Amino acid sequence: MSTENYLDRDLLRFSTAGSVDDGKSTLIGRLLYDSKSIFADQLTSVENSSKMKGLDHIDFSLLTDGLKDEREQGITIDVAYRYFSTPKRKFIIADTPGHTQYTRNMITGASTSNLALILVDARQGVIEQTKRHSFIASLLQIKHIVVCVNKMDLVDFSEDAYNKIVDAYEDFATKLDIEDIRFIPISALKGDNVVDRSENMPWYAGSTLLHTLETIHIGSDRNMIDCRFPIQTVIRPHQDDYHDFRGYAGRIESGIFKRGDDVVALGSGFASKIAGIYSAETEVEVAFPPMSVTMTLEDDIDISRGDMLARPNNQPIATQDIDFMMCWMGNEPFNPSKKYIVLHTTNQVRCIVKEVHYKVDINTLHRMEEDKSIKMNDIARVRIRTTKPLFVDPYTKNRLTGSLILIDEATNNTVGAGMII
Amino acid sequence: MKYTLTHLKELEAESIFIIRETFAQFNRPAILFSGGKDSIVLTHLAKKAFWPAKIPFPLVHVDTGHNFPETMDFRDKLVAELGVQLVVGSVQKSIDEGKVSEEVGMNATRNRLQIATLLETIESNQYDACMGGARRDEEKARAKERFFSHRDEFGQWDPKNQRPELWNLFNGLKHFGEGFRIFPISNWTEMDIWQYILLENIELPNLYFSHKRKCFVRNEMILSANDFQEMRENEEIREMQIRFRTMGDITITGAVESDADTLEKIILEVAAARNTERGGRADDQRSETAMEDRKKEGYF
Repeated sequence: MSTENYLDRDLLRFSTAGSVDDGKSTLIGRLLYDSKSIFADQLTSVENSSKMKGLDHIDFSLLTDGLKDEREQGITIDVAYRYFSTPKRKFIIADTPGHTQYTRNMITGASTSNLALILVDARQGVIEQTKRHSFIASLLQIKHIVVCVNKMDLVDFSEDAYNKIVDAYEDFATKLDIEDIRFIPISALKGDNVVDRSENMPWYAGSTLLHTLETIHIGSDRNMIDCRFPIQTVIRPHQDDYHDFRGYAGRIESGIFKRGDDVVALGSGFASKIAGIYSAETEVEVAFPPMSVTMTLEDDIDISRGDMLARPNNQPIATQDIDFMMCWMGNEPFNPSKKYIVLHTTNQVRCIVKEVHYKVDINTLHRMEEDKSIKMNDIARVRIRTTKPLFVDPYTKNRLTGSLILIDEATNNTVGAGMII
Repeated sequence: MKYTLTHLKELEAESIFIIRETFAQFNRPAILFSGGKDSIVLTHLAKKAFWPAKIPFPLVHVDTGHNFPETMDFRDKLVAELGVQLVVGSVQKSIDEGKVSEEVGMNATRNRLQIATLLETIESNQYDACMGGARRDEEKARAKERFFSHRDEFGQWDPKNQRPELWNLFNGLKHFGEGFRIFPISNWTEMDIWQYILLENIELPNLYFSHKRKCFVRNEMILSANDFQEMRENEEIREMQIRFRTMGDITITGAVESDADTLEKIILEVAAARNTERGGRADDQRSETAMEDRKKEGYF
């Protein structure tokens, strides 16, 4: 591997979800193994355990053994992050084990993902869990779904069985809001179509899973239109060399900012121009997501953490009344008579709950307007009123200015995730 | 013009975002500085996050008294260059004050003792957010660690009750007396760290590069000759061509025989180690070091 090559990679974050037996751990193990991301010590211990279990192949699911112990002990299984890379890309897997708490975990993993990997057991086809995973991916606005029809070896690599599953999924997916759905017939256990093309399925002309992950175009997934720059902190060096330097530090959430651009500071509403953009000590002409930069303005206006720079002719909505789809994550049920803390971009405010519109049956996608009791893993549409205006966009247009979390005032725990409508 | 970042630049942007959030959300943040490559990269990122201002929080170093002299020289030089405050927690002082006792026996080290000194240093300076250079790829348990990791008033981590972290929203709210450990480089792998050091031309202690050194072998580990350990029967000190893959106490940090005297060569060595390991030719000593590496590099 050359150094040049490595420095030219980009980053793909994807989430996986699955139940105990659908082969998810095996698939992840296979990807880690075939991309040489497993150390000798890990491999040796997995080989030994496989032998002790009397297996004639390496049981890759043992790589996630830690999780298994937890499952046996009945304690919370959580999102685990795993890493591998190929000469083309670095990958971050948000691995969310499927079980009772899985909605909360899957939403957490999906919130930072470009792509969702959904596993379907070829013998079972599209089941309720497949639909739930897909619905969450759609709700979280993941742009790409790769449906792996796994365990093809157990249905004699039958094209017919595969096509039936693809048809059933496509039929269901018309209800979803996902632009790019792909299907791959695989056997994670035997390695068919994971990294190497399967010799058992000559009828499949598409790409292998790894090739798909390596080449899927993610460059245009980010919002490059609506300029949003929430201020994290103000940098004032108080040093002789930079006596008058007043830089606004933050991360570009969306849009492309250029030196000389007109900007408006929200909430004051004052207008100015960008005097300079710095990526650490290097001055740059343009800044785009997800860069962390420091900007200076031509005018001395009062801006602090929680404010946002946008373009005068393209501003977010400033509002205290916010409607959103909420996934409840707290151990205690949602209590509409309580006040909650809201985190949105770099703002922290308090809110009261104005209305619970309906709850969603995550299996059928039906609205339940009668039952409004909201417990952990429930998804509901609610409306809040905040103590001061937030600068928001609809989640479908902007994942980062369209998302918020709710925090319980008494425990300080994160109890809700919201996608603004 | 392509509006995309390489994976290293994206990781850098993410880490800078986390470091700035830490500064903005807490009253008394600090960096836990071990002198190893991960904490050096973390410090480099903190410098970038606040440029042209200086790093607005101190570097905290837990001094076991068993350091490599090279690590201490490097630390002092870096602190002087950055113009940042250095706070040292001394394990020797904890021992002298009777707060911890020196381990006894054949393989006694001060590795464990530093936890007490660390917690005491955090408490006496009232740091409410301590940033560390730990990474999620280091071990299974770490794979589930948060960027913002909540600790109770005793500094304890409760893995069963972690706060979910969504999007770019980090919840640093806490009750009085509680604190956070913060891991801005969670998403970096060992290879990313090395590549970034090369890309940014970050200076490292010369211990990381191949050099001639007086060494001895104990428990199949190559250790540097030092003032704290007596030679046992069948052990002898001889000069070897080695380098260190991690920085810890001089008494426990194993070296590898290596000719890699540049960053490029080290990167090839790290990459090659994975290849042979992948082939299943498990070399006990090497895998032991691999484990050791990952344990030691984290402060926790």
